[in-house]
Amino acid sequence: MLRADGLRHAFGPVRALDDVSFAVQPGQTLAVFGPNGAGKTTLLKVLAGLIQPQGGRAHVEGGRRAIGWIGHQPQLYGQLTVTENLRFWASLYGTQPSSELLARLGLEEHAHRPVRALSRGLVQRVAIARALVHDPRVLLLDEPFTGLDRIAAEALSHLLGEHAATGRATVLVTHNVEEGTELATDVAFMRNGRFVHFAPRSGRDARDIAAEYRNAVA
Amino acid sequence: MPLPEAVRHAWYVARKDLRVEVRARTGILSALAFVILVLLAFNFSRDPTAVPAIDLAPSILWVTLTFASMLALNRAFQLELENQAFDGLLLAPISRTSIYLGKLIANLIFVATIELLGVPLLALFFNVRILPFLGPLVATIALATIGFVAVGTLFSAMTVRTRFAELLLPVLLLPFMIPPLMWAAWATGPLLAGRPLSDIVGWLKMLAAYDIVFVGVALVLFPATVNE
Repeated sequence: MLRADGLRHAFGPVRALDDVSFAVQPGQTLAVFGPNGAGKTTLLKVLAGLIQPQGGRAHVEGGRRAIGWIGHQPQLYGQLTVTENLRFWASLYGTQPSSELLARLGLEEHAHRPVRALSRGLVQRVAIARALVHDPRVLLLDEPFTGLDRIAAEALSHLLGEHAATGRATVLVTHNVEEGTELATDVAFMRNGRFVHFAPRSGRDARDIAAEYRNAVA
Repeated sequence: MPLPEAVRHAWYVARKDLRVEVRARTGILSALAFVILVLLAFNFSRDPTAVPAIDLAPSILWVTLTFASMLALNRAFQLELENQAFDGLLLAPISRTSIYLGKLIANLIFVATIELLGVPLLALFFNVRILPFLGPLVATIALATIGFVAVGTLFSAMTVRTRFAELLLPVLLLPFMIPPLMWAAWATGPLLAGRPLSDIVGWLKMLAAYDIVFVGVALVLFPATVNE
C-alpha cells in the first residue's frame, strides 16, 4: 500500500533522509519516533509527494487522492466556518463532508463557527476531520496529538484504530514515545535521517519502547 | 487532468479565496482606501491651468490601479501560509495549473472590484467623460489587467515564502508591468480624448499578445515555483 525505496534527501549539508526503505501494508500502523531534526517530517512530506526526494522513490497506492494528512498546522482557513472549510477540502476530492464525521469528532455544535474563533483543541479536531473528509486509504500523521485535549486525543485514537481495522495504512511520526504506541503495529526509530530500528511492536508497551528508544537514539 | 475538471477545481479555489476576502475585508478595504486617497491627492495637487486633465488622467489612472492591485497580489498566497493551507492544496488531487488559475480568477475579480470604483472616481475628480467610450475603455482595462495580474499571481507564488515578500513582489513585478501599463495608458489617452478607435487598435493588440504570452508562461512555470 505504501513503499519507500532508498529515500535520500538533504537540505544543504544536512542529510534529512539517508537511504530510508520500508513498506506499510493494509491494516498496518507504523510509528516513527525520533528527536527533533531526525528527518521525520521530511519523510512524511516525501511520502505525500510534497518534496521530491533527491534519491530513491516513494509510492503510495492510489496516489495523492488516497492520502490524508494531519500535521503541525491545521491547514484550515481561519475566516471560514468549520463546514465551509470541510466543504472546500471535500470539493477538491470530489466528495461531500459527512455529518457523521462531525458528530464523531464532537464538532456538530461548532459547524457554523469560524475556525479562528475556536480553541486550539477544537481547531485540531477540525484538522482531523479535514484529513479524513475523503476517507483516505493512507494516513500520514505528523505529531498528531500535539495540542489535543483529552477528548480529542481519545477520539483521534479511536478513529485511527478504526482506520487500521478497515484495512487502511497509517504512518505516524512523533518525538514523544508515549503518543501512538498503543496504535502501532510496527515501530521505527529515526536518527540523522536513518532508521536505526524497524521492527513489529510485538506486544511491547510504551515503557519498553521508550527504553529501547533511549538506547537506540542516545 | 481533463480541462473541465481543472477549470472546476480552479473555480473552487477562486471561490474559497473570494469568500475568505469577503469575510476578512482587509485587502479590498485597504486597496479601495488607497485608490480614493491617491486620486484625491492627485486631484488637489494638480494645476488645471498648466496641464489639461484629459492629458493627466490616463497616467494617473494606471499608476493608481497598479499600486492598488499590488496589495491584492501580495495577499493572494499570504492567506495560504496561515495554518499551512498551501500544503493541503498541493497534496489535494488537483493540478498545479488549477491552483494557479484559481488564484488568477480570484485576483482578477479582486482587481476588477478596485477598478470598478477607481474609474468612476477618476471621471468624477478629473471631469473626464467615460460613458461614450465605455466599451473600448472596459476592453482596454480588461486586457491590461489580465496581463499584469497573470504575472503578479506567478510572482506572488514565488515570493510568498521569502522573508521580504511584500517588498520583493513590487521589485520583481514592476519591470514586467511597465509594457502593459504603457500600452494601456497610450490607449486610454486617445480614447478619453474622443479619438477614433482605429488609433488604439494597435495598443489593444499588443495588450492581447502580452496576455497570451504571459498567461501561457505563468501556467508553465507555476508548478515549478511551488514544488519544494
